Amino acid sequence: MSSAVSALKGAKYEGYVKVEELGLRGMITLRGDLNSAKMKKAVQDVTGAKLPNQREITHEGDKAVAWMSPDELLVMVPYTDVHETLAALEKALKGQHFLAANVSDARAIFGLSGPAAREVIAKLCPVDMASGAFAPGQIRRTRMAQIAAAFWMTSDTRIEVVCFRSVAQYAFDLLKDAAEPGGEVGIFA
Amino acid sequence: MSTRLAAGGRLINKARAMEFTFNGKRLRGFEGDTLASALLANDQMLVGRSFKYHRPRGIVASGAEEPNALVNMGRDETFEPNQRATTTELFDGLRAESQNHWPSLEFDVGAINTKLSRFLPAGFYYKMFIHPRPLWKHVYEPFIRRSAGLGKAPRDRDQDKYEHLYAFYDVVVIGGGIAGLLAAKAAGEAGVKVLLMEQTAHWGGRALVDSGTVNQMPVDKFVDETLSALADMSNVTMRLRMMGAGVYDHGYLLGYERVSDHKPRQNAPRHRLWRIRAKQIVTATGAIERPLSFAGNDFPGVMLASAVRDYAVNYGVSIGDRTVVVTNNDDAYQTAIVMKNAGLDVPLIVDARSSGGGALADEARALGIRVETGKAIAKVKGGKRVTGVALCSQAGEGTPLEEVACDVIAMSGGWSPVVHLWSHCGGKLIWDDAQAMFRPDPDKAPTGAQGEAFVSVAGSANGAMDLGEIVLDAVNAGQAAAKAAGGKSKRSKSPDAHSPKMAPIEPIWLMPQGANIKLRAKSWLDYQNDVKVSDVQLAAREGFESVEHAKRYTTLGMATDQGKLSNINGLAILSDALNQPIPQTGTTTFRPPYTPISMASIAGEARGPIFQPLRKTPMHDWHEENGAYWEPVGQWRRPYCFRKHPGEDIETAVKREINQTRQSLGLLDASTLGKLIVKGPDAGKFLDLLYTNMMSTLKPGRCRYGLMCNENGFLTDDGVVARIDEDTFLCHTTTGGADSIHAHMEDWLQCEWWDWKVYAANVTEQYAQVAVVGPNARKTLEKLTNEDISAEAIPFMAWKDVAFGDINARVYRISFSGELSYEIAVPASQGRAFWDQLLEAGAEFGVTPYGTEALHVMRAEKGFIMIGDETDGTVIPQDLGLDWAISKKKDDFLGKRAQERKHMIDPNRWKLVGLETVDGSVLPDGAYCTAEGTNKNGQRNVQGRVTSTYYSPTLERGIAMGLVHNGPDRMGEVIEFPKVDGTVIQAKIVSPVFYDPEGEKQNV
Repeated sequence: MSSAVSALKGAKYEGYVKVEELGLRGMITLRGDLNSAKMKKAVQDVTGAKLPNQREITHEGDKAVAWMSPDELLVMVPYTDVHETLAALEKALKGQHFLAANVSDARAIFGLSGPAAREVIAKLCPVDMASGAFAPGQIRRTRMAQIAAAFWMTSDTRIEVVCFRSVAQYAFDLLKDAAEPGGEVGIFA
Repeated sequence: MSTRLAAGGRLINKARAMEFTFNGKRLRGFEGDTLASALLANDQMLVGRSFKYHRPRGIVASGAEEPNALVNMGRDETFEPNQRATTTELFDGLRAESQNHWPSLEFDVGAINTKLSRFLPAGFYYKMFIHPRPLWKHVYEPFIRRSAGLGKAPRDRDQDKYEHLYAFYDVVVIGGGIAGLLAAKAAGEAGVKVLLMEQTAHWGGRALVDSGTVNQMPVDKFVDETLSALADMSNVTMRLRMMGAGVYDHGYLLGYERVSDHKPRQNAPRHRLWRIRAKQIVTATGAIERPLSFAGNDFPGVMLASAVRDYAVNYGVSIGDRTVVVTNNDDAYQTAIVMKNAGLDVPLIVDARSSGGGALADEARALGIRVETGKAIAKVKGGKRVTGVALCSQAGEGTPLEEVACDVIAMSGGWSPVVHLWSHCGGKLIWDDAQAMFRPDPDKAPTGAQGEAFVSVAGSANGAMDLGEIVLDAVNAGQAAAKAAGGKSKRSKSPDAHSPKMAPIEPIWLMPQGANIKLRAKSWLDYQNDVKVSDVQLAAREGFESVEHAKRYTTLGMATDQGKLSNINGLAILSDALNQPIPQTGTTTFRPPYTPISMASIAGEARGPIFQPLRKTPMHDWHEENGAYWEPVGQWRRPYCFRKHPGEDIETAVKREINQTRQSLGLLDASTLGKLIVKGPDAGKFLDLLYTNMMSTLKPGRCRYGLMCNENGFLTDDGVVARIDEDTFLCHTTTGGADSIHAHMEDWLQCEWWDWKVYAANVTEQYAQVAVVGPNARKTLEKLTNEDISAEAIPFMAWKDVAFGDINARVYRISFSGELSYEIAVPASQGRAFWDQLLEAGAEFGVTPYGTEALHVMRAEKGFIMIGDETDGTVIPQDLGLDWAISKKKDDFLGKRAQERKHMIDPNRWKLVGLETVDGSVLPDGAYCTAEGTNKNGQRNVQGRVTSTYYSPTLERGIAMGLVHNGPDRMGEVIEFPKVDGTVIQAKIVSPVFYDPEGEKQNV
């Protein structure tokens, strides 16, 4: 996989929140009956993470599972593991009605870190970012300015944002603009 | 003259002077000044010329209601017109210019209009310039537009930065006066999440200027205590310089924060627009004092009584040495007392009420101020400044009784609650006769989705004018809002507040009550739009009886101040003219924003490079570096062609790309094509309904071209479907169709066939896709892989997974150009690497990347249709001769029944043909083919139109496709296409397949 590169090749910006493109990550769109025992087991077997509830994300080491819709999950694994994971899912779910698609290369993923990380999202997404309303363990699929995006928190001061690869530059520029020093709001401090 | 007092000025810091310019003049103010207070401190009373008559105008107010003091601020990339001096905080280097004057503020030629005012009444422009009609557009309007107007439009790009912020609160309190502070505190104590905003730079509002005590302490001390209590509440957010701009459905509220207007060039956003969702909104927006209507009430030096006192108390500025107060209420007496206590002269208080005032009047008299009751101002003396005032009886017609010299007239016609935000989303008003004001009707609040009230009002915005009442009302409002938002029910004792007891107001709408027409024609209602009492009366006489009509006819209450000072006075005059009570006349509609907000704040971050998302394929950068001439395709940018060297013109480049592709090898970045995976036991059945042709019979490993129609039978999308395995299909869509066709699939799957076992996923961006096209395509690919990609291994309309080194690809043997062609999908992350490999491997064949125009020309040479060219939402596949792709065997597919309707099977429908110009030239795109005779509109009849037209370098002539009446039956016939220049192009009807009709080239 030596020739695979992420859209922005790890671009970084040090604003009042640090913004960085996180490189490639294995992502699998998994659609199926989320209540079935086979699905729960298959997902847990490949990631070690429990099946998330509505608007939640579960992590286990470098793997995670995010709830996307009542019949869709996003399974995240290291980029190099994606084919193996996909094959394992296909095997475990054989005979079930499901769809597992590799979307690792269709995405760009960004990390926002710093005590004011929530604020950067609040400038761009119509989501209540107050700590009582949004916290690690949750995910939101929403709109970031003019594009579709999803995000979750890996700690109280770090957020990961995922969007489509084609708009990676726009997404980075948006986040960078929102994180520029001088624009501190201070409402989540 | 107006000047800075030696003492006073609670908001200014005299230790920090600031320089600014007004009309180029260098002036000095202090930190904490507004531009208005700084101008007044420099005796700059004259700040502008009026809109219509170019009369000299001075500052009238001290806040957001100011109608006159609008200035052009900044220069070049910081220039902004119509900025209110009263709400502009002074900063070092501020640069302001007055508006609407020519050649200068002091001497303005347009002032002749004031002499002509008799001839320029309300509706003058409408009446005068309506005939003859053509002159309006070409003569009158350009002239009037030049002479009218306030500020100039900016010329340069705004250098500043703006942003949005989404915020969510249980209770939002708008207004940081004493009512807002107490409402926020009460709500905060109930445990809910509160946002408190104040449009100025200071908390406390009017109560700090006016007389009163709370809990036996001066108001300022009480405000400080309340502020520190609020600061200790972690659930309360407080923002200064933030205005509640508009209230909308479902508790949506816009907060307009002026982050760095007062300290520009600090690398901060200039404005931040807060897009707030609130469960409950409390408007504690205070009240605005009304002017009185008397002759000459627009002279510089005639000001609101509250403003005169604000300038003295807040900024230590006296407007003049001798202040005459004119009022119909007790409140204005405070101004007389403040001025007197500042050591200035108050020669007279003119109280229109025959009964006079209460406690404050007694206090004024005790200070030795002369009070005349039952009196009015007959007229104001002066020009660019007030020099005196003529007194008369309020009951009379204006016969002067005596003249009093003065340089300030402080007027008060009573107070109007600021009900704007209450009204934005449907809150209704009631007329309070005793207080002569419209105030919110608590029974008719704006309501939310459940019918619950979501806006409430606190303090003087609610009509409470006594400090005790205000405080009580505010605490109650805060508690009630918190409770409605899910807070604890908590009743704490409200503070004990007292202000001087006021005698009742007496509504005075015209001064004197029997003012003759000469006086009425000099009694201004609306300063900003130059509307006088006589204009509103004229409107009523001419039948503009609805308040909305009268507003538009006279312009009362229009423009940037939206009648904050003039509306109530104007509608009182209108009511009087119509001989009906004020509530029957009603108010005009209050619309957001409360005061104008910057357009840039609305745009937020969406400017410059992030104005819009730009979608980029993995090869975008290569295109950029290699002369791509871009074409927008949705939000994508695709190369239209590549300029091989900077001087190459577009047509040459397109020709070169086509010739090289047909002769040897071309590459197309086709990554933008939609790619949808459809999987499940019912996938075949599902696709049979979505496509017009049969997909369920497709064998794994094979591809089939398909058409998709909507329920109305019209062709909406096309593309190649590949069957991956028994359960799985990959559907290619057009670039623009990727999202919409995906949504179309989900719509049918979720809403109609929800019990079918089919899942769809949009994997468009997972793959970079490259079309490798031309006689040398296979040879090139063979250099990159050892796998068998021969015609036998991958025949035409088949696909195969092939590894090219470390790149796992899926190779589709399909052709949109008519040449030997492979479309190769690789992971997007390796798209650029694969592209680079192809360039290297193809070098020996003169590999030529081509753009969308070459793609279009080559498909047209082959007679392939293009969605959006040959289709326009009214075209069915049968019109395009695509009957071969419409299954006759299937019971149903989307569009089938519609295509059987009478109009759809009408033999007279225009059908697709090829068009070959007789002279070899290129037909204009969209050109119509004319027929004999004219239609009922007198236009030439038409019998067809051009849908695609190009110069074909392959055939070295113009070729086109078009829809022509009975076209396929008229092969060889020559038809005519008139051009815009009047000449006619003749074209022969031919087959739309111009190139390689047998398909020999793509099948090798």
